[in-house]
Amino acid sequence: MATLALPRRGPLRSTLVRHVVLAIVGALLLLVLTTSVSAYRDFQMANIGYYVVAVAGLTVLTGLNGQISLGHGALMMVGAYTCALLLERDNPLPLAVVLVLCVVVTAAVGALVGAAAARLRGPYLAGATLAFAVGLPGLTSHYADTLGGDNGLNVLSGPPPASLGLDFPPERWQAWITLSAALITLVLLANLASSRVGRTFRAVRDDEVSAELAGIHVARTQVLAFVISAACAGLAGGLLAFVSGQASPGAFSVALSLSILAGAVLGGLGSLTGAVYGAIALVMLPAWSSNASDRFSLGTNVQHNLPLLVYGALLIVVMLAAPQGLQGGVRRLLGLLHGRAPATPARNDPVTEVTVSEPDR
Amino acid sequence: MRQIRNERETRFDAGGASVTEASRAALRIEGLTVRFGGLVALDAVSMHVDPGEVVGIIGPNGAGKTTLFNVACGFVRPTSGTLEIKGTAQRRLRPHQLARLGVARTLQGLGLFPHITCLDNVMVGAHRHARAGFTTALLGLPPSDRDETALRERSLAVLQELGVTEVAGRLPGSLPYPLQKRVALARALVADPDILLLDEPASGLSAAEMDDLGELIRGLRGRMAVMLVEHHMDLVMSVCDRIVVLDFGKVIATGTPAQVRSDERVLAAYLGDEVDATDESISEVSGG
Repeated sequence: MATLALPRRGPLRSTLVRHVVLAIVGALLLLVLTTSVSAYRDFQMANIGYYVVAVAGLTVLTGLNGQISLGHGALMMVGAYTCALLLERDNPLPLAVVLVLCVVVTAAVGALVGAAAARLRGPYLAGATLAFAVGLPGLTSHYADTLGGDNGLNVLSGPPPASLGLDFPPERWQAWITLSAALITLVLLANLASSRVGRTFRAVRDDEVSAELAGIHVARTQVLAFVISAACAGLAGGLLAFVSGQASPGAFSVALSLSILAGAVLGGLGSLTGAVYGAIALVMLPAWSSNASDRFSLGTNVQHNLPLLVYGALLIVVMLAAPQGLQGGVRRLLGLLHGRAPATPARNDPVTEVTVSEPDR
Repeated sequence: MRQIRNERETRFDAGGASVTEASRAALRIEGLTVRFGGLVALDAVSMHVDPGEVVGIIGPNGAGKTTLFNVACGFVRPTSGTLEIKGTAQRRLRPHQLARLGVARTLQGLGLFPHITCLDNVMVGAHRHARAGFTTALLGLPPSDRDETALRERSLAVLQELGVTEVAGRLPGSLPYPLQKRVALARALVADPDILLLDEPASGLSAAEMDDLGELIRGLRGRMAVMLVEHHMDLVMSVCDRIVVLDFGKVIATGTPAQVRSDERVLAAYLGDEVDATDESISEVSGG
């Protein structure tokens, strides 16, 4: 236990340096990976990138702060339409600025939803956010002139910069963009999670009365967590629009909200590493299962529904085998290997330091 | 109640400067009435706790002890009457403001955060001493790290003071109840409060642990004002400078342990005037 008190030595003592070093290592690995795979794989990695952002944002809200949201698909939609509308203009802003604006606009919407959410608990919160997810796509047909109705808007994301060469695969460029965004998001969220703010989130999740007595403004903390989470969803939505080249209501159905939550649960609620696993599963499982159905030449009906089946089965298996998600399972295995009691959470890895727990008590 | 008022007035007269005397109390409650529908939980209760003084609130079950505590920390808004903390009237006190006012409270049910380590639990209590803001935390800048180190050291020091350093990395649920109680106490103490409210600190403790607790509370005397609600008379009598006795929402006696012990109204309240003595209240008096 003495190690707890000892500060880490050297520059790694700094939270920022530690997380940035991890991110740089990750970036180098991804650079090698993206340049050595096919365009289709690059496209998949681009998808994984924005899913990581969305799932990581939700895992902070649900895992760390104990607020469930079934409305993150709708928040992604806000980001996607912001991105589409901004890129549609004659002299579009640089992509980075557009994405920052997606974050800002969605965070503002998140503040409104969060203020309502802070008054709701458990199933009522789930219901309210679900209603948000169901209702918001309807706005597109109401404001069909600006938002393009059911067909949505085309997103003019443009070719990769000329400096990369004329035959640079656009998928790789997209992967670079979304994966960079994912790494930056993970660094920022990991900083937060390991700081006083993260501890405040967990305290509010675990016991609101005690948190209040410790001087924490519970409602304000819950709104803050919602805003952070919404900001991530907005960035993810903007990236989705950029990668898919369009923003349409069909892409932001309730199913998207549910699958983001499923990704967070699958990876391990509250764990940022788990969010990465969850995002990979969200993109790769449908691909694998459709490959499988091709190989066994199953009918189209089966082919369309197989991903759902695999998904559901995997969720059940993971929940039975590792109730705290994939990352929880990994941590328990490591703990057994080191002969550590499972009750003692690992405190070494700054990213996995994020405590895993039940979503909502 | 009249008795207290008289007592205070005489004290003021003796001190000669009633205004400074009045504002010196760490916590002062004046004419406090709380009604829940038709039920009068507290009826014109007045009391005060001076800085560095240990004051015990006792009384039979349902006397209003917990309600008094809940008013003192903003959980219950009084129907009438005033609450003053360190000389400032608190009209719209909310629980989350307590820490800033220098008030810490333990809960009967402990209320530890179950999914974070004991050290983290205590560090939450120390947040009052943190300075770094949200942006610093988001960017992981050095001030945030320095805050964390300081909070951790402060929290470990309090855990050490209570002799439970070894539980720092454990989850509260994995500890026996007395150790959990110490962690909860550490979480309150780490804030370095001026006023500490202890809600039944001895419940569930063995006799030896209760002795330790008594020693600890006596050690707090002079450092902070302590107000405690407790059923165990031995503990109350041994640690308190002053005792306030509530019965049916009214203060029926106040004074030193010796005065209270020999007060006829207190004996009547606990043992019953005539034939309505219950087993429960007897066991309370005997410390069981």
